[in-house]
Amino acid sequence: MADASISRRTLLASAASAVGAHALSRVGRAQVPAQATHPVVPPDPTKVPGSPPSQLGQRSVFEQPRRIPIGNGHSSVAPIQDLYGIVTPADLHFERHHAGVPVIDPQRYKLLIHGMVERPQVFDLDALKRFPAVSRMHFLECSGNGTPSYRGIRPNLSPQLIDGLTSTSEWSGVPLAVLFREVGVKPGATWFLAEGDDAAVMTRSIPIDKAWDDALIAYGQNGEALRPEQGYPARLFLPGWEGNANVKWIRRIEIADRPFMTREETSKYSDPLADGTARLFSFVMDAKSIITFPAYPVTLPDRGWWEISGIAWSGRGRITRVEVSTDGGKRWEAAELQQPVLPKCHTRFRYLWNWPGGATTLLSRAVDETGYVQPTLEHLQTARGLGTAYHFNHIRAWRVQSDGAVTFGLEG
Amino acid sequence: MRGTVARLVLALVAAGCGRGDRAAVHTGSPARFGFGRAATTADVSAWDIDVTPDGTGLPPGKGTVPQGAAIYARKCAACHGPTGTEGPSDRLVGREPREGFPFGRDPRFVRTVGNYWPYATTLYDYVNRAMPFDKPGSLTPDEVYGLVAFLLWRNEIVADTTVINAHTLPQVVMPAHDRFVPDNRRGGPEIH
Ligand code: HEC
Repeated sequence: MADASISRRTLLASAASAVGAHALSRVGRAQVPAQATHPVVPPDPTKVPGSPPSQLGQRSVFEQPRRIPIGNGHSSVAPIQDLYGIVTPADLHFERHHAGVPVIDPQRYKLLIHGMVERPQVFDLDALKRFPAVSRMHFLECSGNGTPSYRGIRPNLSPQLIDGLTSTSEWSGVPLAVLFREVGVKPGATWFLAEGDDAAVMTRSIPIDKAWDDALIAYGQNGEALRPEQGYPARLFLPGWEGNANVKWIRRIEIADRPFMTREETSKYSDPLADGTARLFSFVMDAKSIITFPAYPVTLPDRGWWEISGIAWSGRGRITRVEVSTDGGKRWEAAELQQPVLPKCHTRFRYLWNWPGGATTLLSRAVDETGYVQPTLEHLQTARGLGTAYHFNHIRAWRVQSDGAVTFGLEG
Repeated sequence: MRGTVARLVLALVAAGCGRGDRAAVHTGSPARFGFGRAATTADVSAWDIDVTPDGTGLPPGKGTVPQGAAIYARKCAACHGPTGTEGPSDRLVGREPREGFPFGRDPRFVRTVGNYWPYATTLYDYVNRAMPFDKPGSLTPDEVYGLVAFLLWRNEIVADTTVINAHTLPQVVMPAHDRFVPDNRRGGPEIH
């Protein structure tokens, strides 16, 4: 048992560095961590006193998980294969911004709420924090997540490069409903505009029911203030809804009786469909799962017991079941769901597999509390078309070669 | 009497009172806390820049295709190409394919202002708030109107003599206007 866990850790470490090297060749920019100053490692740590306490903790220098910047400089993906459980450390949370990360002085920050309200109001950060607060664990996912697994599939894709645009945090803030009661929403209001204080002045229209349901103005992430990349000092948070609508660095909310039809909800973040239409306001992220171990670029050194592990999530509520197939989809068996299983949150699943050797394909399939079953790639492509642009939540496949090498996709 | 009460309750529910109970956090919360301050007209006018399909929010001013062409060459062409088709950033011009709306089926077609955008007013709103990318928020209303006129003309949506202003822009009907449909995904066993 001890041996197995050591070999697995070594395996993960080498996997992480392989991904790093891979990233370097892909984007041609320095992803390599700044040369870490390795402490002197004593031959026996019980024979010398260790370091004193410090003001700010740091990761072990032996652990170097890294985001990978992708695309043309507006996103980075989280190293989901290097994480345990369901929480994403804030400094590894994926990024997606449209005009860079702004620097906002919290002393000068304000949120304006106006439009169809009785009392247009301005709230500074202290005022926002004085309202009764809530903290909730939720995933946040960019609706473009999974694009490389939908068309132009390559075998040398890691979980990070496929699905690294999702992260889970504990978000703290004031329920939007509390603020909406404070300003007095007028009868007939049905939508609101959320606007960011970044250079994109990002805007999205949101149905007002989401505010009465579970939307937050969040200022806390995993116990500390939001990271700048996640919207410091305050952002809109819409549990289960596509990342872009969760407007970061939020400065203004305008309440109205119709959507505003901004560029980000028409030209972008709309879904062209096979039937010659395009879907507007497709906010909810449907159920999805991905095996994060074993996955490219890992090579299993020997046959025998391996724990298949991954994450599943649904924007419609709780994950009720995750099934794993170790034979390319002929037989499916229930994976164990690690508690806590929370609504609109990553859920860790595990499945103990005794690899008999030989090539095979590993699949995972999530089911959520609405009875939605994660569809196959073929099913989704038939329903939406090969050219559709977002919401790629089909089943992901990992091919295990007889030599233990794992690659992405059904073939190969 | 009963009917009146029922109507009143409905009106309150529509106004959001009595809703959001999930968010009330504490039983016994007051109707209002009184935190924050009243917004002034200056607070609102400094930030209220959005433009909606009916033209709400469009400022006074106007622009023509030749005026827009000149501004485009100076401030936009470096990133979007001399004719709006060359890139390197988003392609802004293109009507292909002339028939149908095959973007869902066929990933080869590039979505542009001309073949995909449902509302012309969005062009004013977006260029005004976010472009040019390296100097956002730097254009005057007349410049934005001119650029909108130029881009609509390049996409063969308006004539080269068109003047774009707060009155004419909301009347422009975009080629893709009727292609957009609401989200029909509902959870449950169906895949849409
Ligand atoms: C420095 C490069 C740069 C310059 C200069 C620039 N743009 Fe852009 N433009 C971009 C980028 C990058 C995007 C995509 C931004 C995004 O997706 O968030 C974009 C997007 C757009 C879009 C949206 C395209 C779509 O289909 O959604 C329009 C319209 C646009 N620009 C118009 C203009 C106009 C008009 C000008 C001149 C005033 C201009 N741009 C100048 C880089 C530039």
